[in-house]
Amino acid sequence: MSERAPPAIAPVVSMDAITKTFPGVRALDQVRLDLYPGQVTALVGENGAGKSTTVKILTGIYHPDGGTIRIDDAPVTFAGPNDASAAGITAIHQETVLFDELSVAENIFIGHAPRTRLGLIDRAAMHRDAAALLAEIGAPFGTHTPLRDLGIANKHLVAIARALSVDARVVIMDEPTAALSHKEIEELYELVETLKSQGKAILFISHKFDEIFRIADRFTVFRDGAFVADGMIADITEDALVSMMVGRSVNQIFPARSALVGEDVLQVVGYDHPTEFADIGFTLRRGEILGFYGLVGAGRSEFMQSLFGITKPSKGVCKINGRISVIRSPADAVAAGIVYVPEDRGKQGAIIGLPIFQNITLPSLGRTSRSGFLKLAEEFRLAREYAERLDLRAASLDQDVGNLSGGNQQKVVIAKWLATQPQVIILDEPTKGIDIGSKAAVHDFMAELAAQGLSVIMVSSEIPEVIGMSDRVIVMRDGRIAAELSGDALTPETLVRHAAGITAAPELQEA
Amino acid sequence: MARFIPVRETILAGAIGLLLVLVASRFPGFVAPGNLANVLNDTAPLIILALGQMVVILTRCIDLSVAANLALTGMVVAMINVAMPDLPIPVILAIAVTLGALMGAINGILVWKLAIPPIVVTLGTMTIFRGIIFLISDGKWVNSHEMSPAFTAFPRAVILGLPVLSWAAIVTVIVFALMMARTPLGRSIFAVGGNPHAAVYTGIDVGRTQFLAFVISGALAGLTGYLWVARYAVAYVDIAGGFELEVVAACVIGGISIAGGIGSVGGAVLGAIFLGVVKNALPVINISPFWQLAISGSAILIAVAFNARAGRSKGRIILKSAEASS
Repeated sequence: MSERAPPAIAPVVSMDAITKTFPGVRALDQVRLDLYPGQVTALVGENGAGKSTTVKILTGIYHPDGGTIRIDDAPVTFAGPNDASAAGITAIHQETVLFDELSVAENIFIGHAPRTRLGLIDRAAMHRDAAALLAEIGAPFGTHTPLRDLGIANKHLVAIARALSVDARVVIMDEPTAALSHKEIEELYELVETLKSQGKAILFISHKFDEIFRIADRFTVFRDGAFVADGMIADITEDALVSMMVGRSVNQIFPARSALVGEDVLQVVGYDHPTEFADIGFTLRRGEILGFYGLVGAGRSEFMQSLFGITKPSKGVCKINGRISVIRSPADAVAAGIVYVPEDRGKQGAIIGLPIFQNITLPSLGRTSRSGFLKLAEEFRLAREYAERLDLRAASLDQDVGNLSGGNQQKVVIAKWLATQPQVIILDEPTKGIDIGSKAAVHDFMAELAAQGLSVIMVSSEIPEVIGMSDRVIVMRDGRIAAELSGDALTPETLVRHAAGITAAPELQEA
Repeated sequence: MARFIPVRETILAGAIGLLLVLVASRFPGFVAPGNLANVLNDTAPLIILALGQMVVILTRCIDLSVAANLALTGMVVAMINVAMPDLPIPVILAIAVTLGALMGAINGILVWKLAIPPIVVTLGTMTIFRGIIFLISDGKWVNSHEMSPAFTAFPRAVILGLPVLSWAAIVTVIVFALMMARTPLGRSIFAVGGNPHAAVYTGIDVGRTQFLAFVISGALAGLTGYLWVARYAVAYVDIAGGFELEVVAACVIGGISIAGGIGSVGGAVLGAIFLGVVKNALPVINISPFWQLAISGSAILIAVAFNARAGRSKGRIILKSAEASS
């Protein structure tokens, strides 16, 4: 408020020394972030850098444990999302949060629709105002269109119109282009320009370097929940940005592994899918940990689900121990010696209605039954064997899984898979969202599995983990294998370059 | 710590015991072994159908067509009996079970292959089955004098002091206890309801398991269809009208979670017996039918509230980990 001469322009929003801790994890440590009117600030960082947490704090979903948020230089606190939105901050999410069954106008004005004097929604005014907003952003659809009839790009437009309808001053775009086609991306860029010219401050989160350099004016880099640097995009190169992002690896210790890699166990040749991936081929050897790295949406999990028989590839051959294996269902995959621990913790979770031992034996029922009847003694023996191996802490194996702690439930789930005596175990983001202590335990365990001759495929988006744990890494981009890296070629920079497609940038410009 | 299910069963068994004591304090005759056997016999169809329904509910489905299936099967076997009075009872039984299973399979296929919500599927087939009874019978009754003596005598035949109808329920309970505890199918049924996503990754075919649950439920409805028609010695369009809701109520009172995955054979049986005792005891002590309904209704609400509480404490645990994982 003082009348000192402001340097150029003052930020609309200024976050300073923001700290946020979750049980066992410090998600943000004294970070700062400034957003300027009429400028696009790119927030750059690897997964786990704290970008999403920052967005959630800005939109009032999380409360910071420390630090201050200022709007126009006045400190504010957000009790909840309503406060943030009243302060003019609005977010357009990766998966747009709108209502499919409502019309475009209703989506734009839900929660703050114009009212008649009787307190009813003034539909005429709502559609008139919505039409004006849509015209402003050049949206090619009417206000009566049901939202479900729109594609993702147009849904983004609705979200943006909604942001404009509340007179947002700050628009947060969290990977808005992740699911858009080339043409739609161009249209989005134009819209960002429009928003800029209206003086909105834009926070743009993206992993794609070409678009950061295309539309952002400023950048802020986070790494492992800490602020690294900020500045003008014009003053920096791609290389400098990459090295700021990956920096030195965190002081995370990975288990020492003596790679005793043996013969080929799994050979995948020419896996194609009409829409999700193409031409995936690799071999996996006994005792090896093979990392799969890539940006979100690069097709890694989609390919794994296909390998596991959940979705059908249009073509491709899978050989196990040199013999062709036809996998049409998860049951086939388990029988062939492949197990898949999916990313979603709810999906990989234990089955609450069943006691511990029944959870563990669930995929192995064929081995624990005789002439169609389950042998309880055999089930207990199997369950006890693996519970002991994993040091599962439970009063009794007959106990309900629901009463176990989260960590012990996870052990039950892993025991369940090991009890099938698999040859290949696919771990999809095995340490996503767990605290550092548990991460180390998972890493140790993974190393132990490999040492015992199991072949591990680890899908991970965390660079330190990929480099620290893998013998070899396959990088996927846009549904294809972009690179296979090992030894000295396996560095944070090469991973990021291949995943983001920086090496291929000149080709793209030709098109 | 004991698991939820036995606790719930113990409470339910206690409630039934209390009810019996209350009634016995005024009418000691009600708890005489002979009368209790009658109550059991009267409740047998409900017990059998509740077990079939339990399997369906455990897989996160519901079967509203059981009573209509029962009535249609009953009408078909009654008409067969009229047309061919010499057909032996085992053949009649086989026809009833097969026909019931077939109708269950129709439900199951629609749920499995067309992914139509089970409540919609079975609401539809319920109406269709009733309609078919009308079509094949022209809305006419098949009365006792048209049925063969062997046909109507079978459910009442006494073996070891109990009628065959009671034995059918007892055998069903034993078979189900074995199936749920000791077969891969029983285990899959719990797994599919408890966590369908995890079940898929475990190699269990969720749709197929739901299909089998409907077939089981249908087969039991078919079996009950014959027993019902033979016991009451009459078949017409509306027999067992609305009985499907009593069956679902027995499951809910017995602690079968309507969200699937949680429940037990003991619970379903006790839930059915609870309703059976209420239905038989209250008229004896001269309590109006309104109170019967009120008591059944309250029991349902209490049971659901109990389930919801159990589910809620679990929800909290999930939220904690969800918060940490964000």
